[in-house]
Amino acid sequence: MRIGIDVGGTNTDAVLMDGRRVLAEHKTPTTPDVTSGIAAALEGLRREAGLRAEQVSGVMIGTTHFTNAVVERRRLTPTAAVRLGLPATAALPPMTDWPADLRRALGEHVFLCHGGFEFDGRRISPLDEDEIRRVAERIAALGIRSVAVSSVFSPVNAEMELRAAEILDETLPGVAVSLSHQIGRVGLLERENATILNACLRELADSITDALEAAVREASIGAPLYISQNDGTLMSVDYCRRYPVATFTSGPTNSMRGAAFLSGETDCVVVDVGGTTTDVGALVHGFPREAALAVQVGGVRTNFRMPDVLSVGLGGGSLVERGERGLEVGPRSVGYRITERALVFGGDTLTATDLAVAAGLAEIGDPGRVRGLDRDLVEAGVGLIQERLAELVDRVKTSAEPLPVVIVGGGSVLVREGLPGASRVVKPDHFAVANAIGAAIAQVGGETDRIFSLAELPRERALEAAQREAIDKAVAAGAEPDSVQVVDVEEVPLAYLPSNAVRIRVKAVGDLRLGVADAARA
Amino acid sequence: MRLVREADLDDLARGAAVLGTGGGGNPYIGKLLAQQAIREHGPVTLVAAEEVPDDALVVQSAMMGAPTVMVEKLPAGDEVVRAFETLQSYLGRRITHTVSGEAGGLNSTIPFVVAARMGIPLVDADGMGRAFPELQMLIPSLDGISCTPMALADEKGNTLILNTIDNHWTERLARSATVDMGCTAMIALYAMTGRQVKESMVLGTLSLGQELGRSIREARAAHRDPIAAVGERLGGRRIFKGRVVGVRRRTEAGFARGSTELEGLEEFAGSRLVVRFQNEHLVAIRDGAVVASVPDLIILLDSESAEPVTTEEIRYGFRITALAAPCDPRWRTPRGLELVGPRYFGYDFDYRPVEELVG
Repeated sequence: MRIGIDVGGTNTDAVLMDGRRVLAEHKTPTTPDVTSGIAAALEGLRREAGLRAEQVSGVMIGTTHFTNAVVERRRLTPTAAVRLGLPATAALPPMTDWPADLRRALGEHVFLCHGGFEFDGRRISPLDEDEIRRVAERIAALGIRSVAVSSVFSPVNAEMELRAAEILDETLPGVAVSLSHQIGRVGLLERENATILNACLRELADSITDALEAAVREASIGAPLYISQNDGTLMSVDYCRRYPVATFTSGPTNSMRGAAFLSGETDCVVVDVGGTTTDVGALVHGFPREAALAVQVGGVRTNFRMPDVLSVGLGGGSLVERGERGLEVGPRSVGYRITERALVFGGDTLTATDLAVAAGLAEIGDPGRVRGLDRDLVEAGVGLIQERLAELVDRVKTSAEPLPVVIVGGGSVLVREGLPGASRVVKPDHFAVANAIGAAIAQVGGETDRIFSLAELPRERALEAAQREAIDKAVAAGAEPDSVQVVDVEEVPLAYLPSNAVRIRVKAVGDLRLGVADAARA
Repeated sequence: MRLVREADLDDLARGAAVLGTGGGGNPYIGKLLAQQAIREHGPVTLVAAEEVPDDALVVQSAMMGAPTVMVEKLPAGDEVVRAFETLQSYLGRRITHTVSGEAGGLNSTIPFVVAARMGIPLVDADGMGRAFPELQMLIPSLDGISCTPMALADEKGNTLILNTIDNHWTERLARSATVDMGCTAMIALYAMTGRQVKESMVLGTLSLGQELGRSIREARAAHRDPIAAVGERLGGRRIFKGRVVGVRRRTEAGFARGSTELEGLEEFAGSRLVVRFQNEHLVAIRDGAVVASVPDLIILLDSESAEPVTTEEIRYGFRITALAAPCDPRWRTPRGLELVGPRYFGYDFDYRPVEELVG
């Protein structure tokens, strides 16, 4: 049996699954300390399904903490961006195209240093170790605790990034160092952006992973803990500590995959209505449609592979207010405090959930508390929500043809039947915890990253060998063999090495073998 | 005459990347450089060719090298102005206007950097009506106009003036120097009179780029097919729709060379398309038969968004729709084909217009 947990901004959802069967689900508000929310969710599963800790073979957690921290510019560690590349690259220094508020949140500590490689392995200029030491001293004086290092052509030759990291480690004990060649691919700005985002999340990653581990330990579960990555696969807690950026947009990936699993639809629009936001994406042939080209996270351009998802500030906890432009629902939200503040829970704040209850779309809390609401206000508010959701569905669709719309997420009570643009509206069983199910049925991946000499092996054979290796690794890691797909192939010619050397990176991903694999994975 | 502002560059860079046929340099980096220059120095005056006096001195500004390198080794910032000023002092005359050598990604926007920083107008034209990989591949070459004197500048502070016996030699010598400079250099070249610009350049291509970029953006917003919008405007045909299953690229002899292989989807299911490139897309081969070749435009667009995809950005898994569109008629003359036809690039077949190949 596996436990899938989704820690959202508003709710923490948990499911207990045995193979393809959902044995229990539990939804509880996310707590500021994270730990007690997860403890409550695990306790809920225990009560509902009589769960015994030793039956659990794995706990898979999806968390939006890191994406949200960047989007909301909260709890970010002041970060120094050190780039090795002078005299080149000075025209566009690190964080050039970033939103000003995010730059300020990180402190705008940008250091351009000498170093970097040419395409053919020559040095643009030698690494100046004294210059790096001087930068390290400035970083120490400024009290900065996390550093991102990027060097020109480091995916081809990582030597200078590694040496700079050694110097920074010596001079700045205890400061976290993130290196661009471990995070991204060729394309300096996008790789550097991801590295800086990773760096500014390192302290949050420490506290979040500690909290996750503590919660699972307190429930006496000894099974391994995994965190969802953006491509739908899992990583270890230790890896997440060092590479929190790998969790970006794992939320939408999990909810899309969970929706596909629950509904059985292969071509549809998925609307995930949470407490604070709604994510809308499309499934094409059973897979989340990927975003084309560069993807923005919190206004920053990266080259991650991510599902193409539109996100707006509208959810169950959205505030209903009379603003300058008339009635507004969201983007402000009571978030995880919905159970204290919403009217139906005895609070004093009118939320989208209160409207849904007043309109008879759902029975949540105490419906008596919203019976007295002005009917016109309720009608207008519910109408506004439908309009905005229909507009999102419309933006995600690429043709005017109506498509099935699968509604998931805790806030899906806000959606009425007969959404414009939908051939039908599907609310599958367990719709409220699709995210947690997506985490529980996470995919497993296999990766190869090797240098081949094309003088010894023709390119086609080298590619074949690398792909076979990645697929075998995915299957060995527990993937259903028939489901394994190569999702990424990258060839980087290493012009500085003799005999036509090329670095080939292949990633293959497949569905976890459900049921039979549980024992093997544990 | 009109002013081009920072906000206009989104459409322009996107549309220029359509005309760039996979090359012309990374449009995002070009856009950032141009926006930065406009932010610091104010909007750029864009003039139509007919507004340029016959005796004006017009010089092209551009980046030379491999786009795969440019996305890693970004410029230092002053190279392009240094190249321009070096040529100006060599010529001993004030350069009055700048212009694009090619309509494509970065090289459509680099002249904005020069125009903004030098405070001179930019002419709404280019030398190709698309992008090509080599310096002599401009319509002015067909009319006997010389590339040189030409200036090159790198990020390290090196500058170079070339004087050559013909434009093929300019390409050859400048390419060797660019490789030594680390595969990117900023250049100033093709000094022309206003009269020569009117006669030998492709006119209105910056505006065309901006219009293409705008029509993609508007079609997306209105749920019309943005790819059809591009096809209609350029008289192009859809030659393929599929998914990238392989990208092969290497930086060789100063160029990004390689090929992209696609597996068909929908009405192209079961088919395969191979697109060979040298910075720009040169030849498209569908199931073994040529369906488009230089000098016609082979344009790869993201199937959902119609975002143009360049040869350095394309990667495994991308869903692509390929369009082929007719080139400027001057390229279809015997002399034009000698300069930029498939045989020049080493392919053993004669050029046939895309209208004949795919009807």
